[in-house]
Amino acid sequence: MGHADDTRTISINRRRFVIGSAQAAGGLAIGLALPGCSTTGTEDAAAALSGDPAEVTAWALIHPDDRVVIRVARSEMGQGTLTGLAQLVAEELECDWAMVSTEYPTPGENLARDRVWGNFSTGGSRGIRGSHQYVREGGAAGRMLLIEAAAQRWGVDAATCSAANSVVTHGPSGRTARFGELAAAAAQLAPPAEVPLKDPKDWKLIGTGVPRLDTADKLTGKQIYGADLNLPGMVNASVVACPVRGGTRKSYDAAKVENMPGVLAVVPLDEDAVAVVADTWWRANQAIKALPVSWETGESGTVDSAGISAMLDEGLSAEDAFVGNQAGDVEAGLAAAATTHEAVYSYPFLHHATMEPMNATALWTEEKCEVWCPTQNGEAALAAAADAAGLPIEQCDVHKLHLGGGFGRRGAGDFVRQAVLIARTMPGTPVKLLWSREEDMRQGMYHPITKAKMTGGIDADGKLTALHLRISGQSILAGLRPSALQNGADLATFQALLPASDHKISYTIPNLLVDHAMRNTHLRPGFWRGVNVNPNAIYMECFLDEMADKAGVDALVFRRQLMADNPKGLAVLEAAAENGGWGEPLADGRGRGLALCYAFGSYVAACAEVSVDDAGKLTMHRITAATDPGHVVNTQQVEAQVEGSFVYGLSALLYGECTVKDGQVEQDNFHTYPSMRIAEMPQVTTIAMPSGGFWGGVGEPTIAVAAPAVLNAIYNATGVRIRQVPIKDTPLRKA
Amino acid sequence: MAKLNINGETRELTFDPGTPLLWVLREQAGLTGTKYGCGIAQCGACTVHIDGQAVRSCIYPAEAVQPQQEIVTIEGLSDNGEHPVQQAWAELDVPQCGYCQAGMIMAASALLADNPQPSDADIDAGITNICRCGTLQRVRRGIHRAAELATEVS
Repeated sequence: MGHADDTRTISINRRRFVIGSAQAAGGLAIGLALPGCSTTGTEDAAAALSGDPAEVTAWALIHPDDRVVIRVARSEMGQGTLTGLAQLVAEELECDWAMVSTEYPTPGENLARDRVWGNFSTGGSRGIRGSHQYVREGGAAGRMLLIEAAAQRWGVDAATCSAANSVVTHGPSGRTARFGELAAAAAQLAPPAEVPLKDPKDWKLIGTGVPRLDTADKLTGKQIYGADLNLPGMVNASVVACPVRGGTRKSYDAAKVENMPGVLAVVPLDEDAVAVVADTWWRANQAIKALPVSWETGESGTVDSAGISAMLDEGLSAEDAFVGNQAGDVEAGLAAAATTHEAVYSYPFLHHATMEPMNATALWTEEKCEVWCPTQNGEAALAAAADAAGLPIEQCDVHKLHLGGGFGRRGAGDFVRQAVLIARTMPGTPVKLLWSREEDMRQGMYHPITKAKMTGGIDADGKLTALHLRISGQSILAGLRPSALQNGADLATFQALLPASDHKISYTIPNLLVDHAMRNTHLRPGFWRGVNVNPNAIYMECFLDEMADKAGVDALVFRRQLMADNPKGLAVLEAAAENGGWGEPLADGRGRGLALCYAFGSYVAACAEVSVDDAGKLTMHRITAATDPGHVVNTQQVEAQVEGSFVYGLSALLYGECTVKDGQVEQDNFHTYPSMRIAEMPQVTTIAMPSGGFWGGVGEPTIAVAAPAVLNAIYNATGVRIRQVPIKDTPLRKA
Repeated sequence: MAKLNINGETRELTFDPGTPLLWVLREQAGLTGTKYGCGIAQCGACTVHIDGQAVRSCIYPAEAVQPQQEIVTIEGLSDNGEHPVQQAWAELDVPQCGYCQAGMIMAASALLADNPQPSDADIDAGITNICRCGTLQRVRRGIHRAAELATEVS
C-alpha cells in the first residue's frame, strides 16, 4: 500500500500531511538558485540541497534546501492557530517565513516522546495563549543551536554570531551559513539550558498580518478534510444512534437492507447505535435510512421543552445554589436601594452545526489501530480509539486532518469510538464513518440551557449598589467531567462573572451575589464556542442596560461608574462606543447598544447599530468591536475571528434553538436550525488594541458581546426589551 | 453507466438511479472538493456549475444531467487557482476552516458571470450559502475584489 498519492488517494504509509505552506500561498518556487552563502561552494549544489531534513528541536524540521517544517500540536479548525503558532516559532527561530510549512505530529508520537509537544487539546481559545511560551522557546532554542553549529564550524564564539532570515552571520568576518547547511550539525548539539526570548518590541513577524499558510488548497478543492479521505480498499459507513440520549437499541431488522445495492454489513455498536457499511457512503446512508430500528428510551423519552423550562423556573428561586461570586451583603444592599428591579432571561440549547458533519476513518488489525479524523483533541481521540480498539494505546495512533469547523464539538471522541468499533468487525479494511447532517444534529453536545433572574438595586445617585444574579440550568462539567466539579459546583457556569481568573467579572458592585441552581437534563451538554459567556454576557449586559434605564443614566456612564478597577475593560468599551458613534444623533428607527466582557483572558466590547422597520424587521447595520488580547500575533486573523464571532453569535441570537420533544432534539438540519446569511451580515469594524503584558484568547471572547450589544440596540430603537433568545419568535415592534 | 461532462472531460460513470450529482462527483468521479453539508440544498457547500448556472448538487439527480451539459466543479474552475474569485479569495484570506468555500467560490463565480459588477444588494440576493466560521464579510469584499480583478484582466 505504498503508492504515490494524488489529490484523491492518500497512501496509508504516508505518515503526515503537509497542512499549510507559505510556499503554496505565496507561489514561491524553490529552485537551485537559492540565495544564501554556502561555505561548501565547491560541492555540487544539487547534492548539497538534497538529503534528509534534520530535527532542530522538536518544533522544527529543517531541510538542506532551507525549507522549514514547523510542528503544530493544536488543531486548525478555521481559527488560524496553525499560522499563528508557526509565526511564534519562526519569530524566535529567525527563519525565512517564505520557506515555512507546517505539519501535525501525531498524538502517538507525542506519547512516545514524553509529550514533547505538550497539550494537543484545541479549545477555550487556548491555542496561542496556552502555548506561546514553550513554542517560542522551541524556536529560540533552535536558533541558538544553529548559531552554535555555525560557531563550531568556524571556530568562533557563538556570541559573535547572529541569525536572520535563515542565515547565520559571523559579525566580525562577515562569514555566513544557511540554516539548511547547519541543521544536521545543530541537531546533534545538546539543547541550551537557558532560552531567553525576544523583547516584544523586537518582534518582526508577530503582530503582522501575514497571509494564512493554509489558504491555497482551500480555494481549489485540494484540501482534504476528514470527510474527503479516501484510502485504498476503503469502505463507507453511516450510523444511527438512539435519538434520545441515554436510550438503548431494542431491535433492528438487518434483512430489510442487506440486499440493498452496495451494502456490505449491518453492525450494532455498543448498546445504543447501529451502522450500515457499504461500498459508497451514499448507499450506506440510503440503507441506514431504510433500516427499521426500535429504541428503548425509558423516562427520558417523555421529556419535552416545557418540562425543562418548568424545572429551570423552579431553580430561579430555589433555596440551595452554588455560590460563584459574593461581595458585601446583597440582601441588605437591595433593601437599602432607592429603586429595585427584577428581570428573568433565558438561553436555549444550541447545536454546534459545523459545516462538516462528524466523521472518522479507522483501520484495525489485531496488532494496530489507526484513525484519521478531524479532531480538536488528538490525545482524547487516541484514547477513545485505543479503548474501542481493545489494544494498548502504544499500538494505536491518530492522524489529524483539517476540521470543517469545530466550535467545541470535535473535542469529543464519540465518533472516533464508533468508527473503530465498525473497523474491528472488518480487520484490515479501512472504514470511513460519516454522520449524516440529521445524525449530527440529533447526536449533538448542546450548549447548556439556562435561565437567569437578576434583581438589582440603584441608589439615589443612579449607581448600581446591589445585584443578585441567579442562574438556573444545566452544567457542562456535571455532564462531561464530573471530576472537575468543586464540591459539586461547576465554576465554568460562572464564566465572566467570577471574582478572579481569566473570566473575571468586569464590574465592581458593592453588594453582589452570583449563584447557580444546577438543573441538569438528559441531553448531553458541550463546550460551544464561547461557552457560558454566551448567556452570562446577555444576562449581565442586558440587565445593566435595564438598570441604567431605570436610573435614567446613559448606559456607558452607568457602566463606567462600576469600572474604577477595570481600566483595560473600560478602554475597550470606550473605544467601541466612540468609534461606534455612541451618543451621536441617530437616524429614525435606529438604535445603538453596548456590551462588554472579559473572557478567555481578553477584554472585548461592542457597539451595535440596528434598525427595526414598522413591520418589525430587524436590520443590523454596523458593529464596532474592540478587543485587547494583550498581544496580537496576526492582525488580519484577529479581524477574521472577530468578524466570524458575530456571524456565529448573531446566528444564535436570531435563530439558534434546539427544542426537545419526546426526549429528542426536534431540529435536524439547516431548515429548522438556520444560520445567518450574507444579507443579514452587519458591517463589522474591528479595533485591535493590544496593551501588552498578557496573552488572551481571540477565537471566542467576542461572541460574548455580539448578542447583548444587538439586544440593547433593539431596545434603544424600539423600546422592546427581549429577554428570551433567539429572537425569531418575538415581535420587535410594539403592537 | 452514464456519460457526464465534468470539467471538460467526458466521464463514463456508474451510479444508482436517484443518486445526487454531489455523491457521483465525490464517490464515482473522485472529486471531493465539492462538499456535503446538509443534503437538502440549504447550505450551498455542494454548489457546482451546470452550463454556467450555480446548482446545489446535493439534491440534483445525476441522471438529470445530459451528456452535453457542462458540469464544472471547484477542481475545474481554473487550472491553478487563477480565476478572479480564487485570486481575490487568496488576496483577502477569505477562508477560515474552508469547508464551505468551494461552494462559496462556485456561487460567487456564477454570480459574477451573470452580473460582472454586482451591488451589495445583488450579493445579498445571489449568495445564500451558509458559513459557520463566519467569513461572510470577507466573502462580500472578495466578490467586489474579484469584479475588479476581472475588469483588470479583460
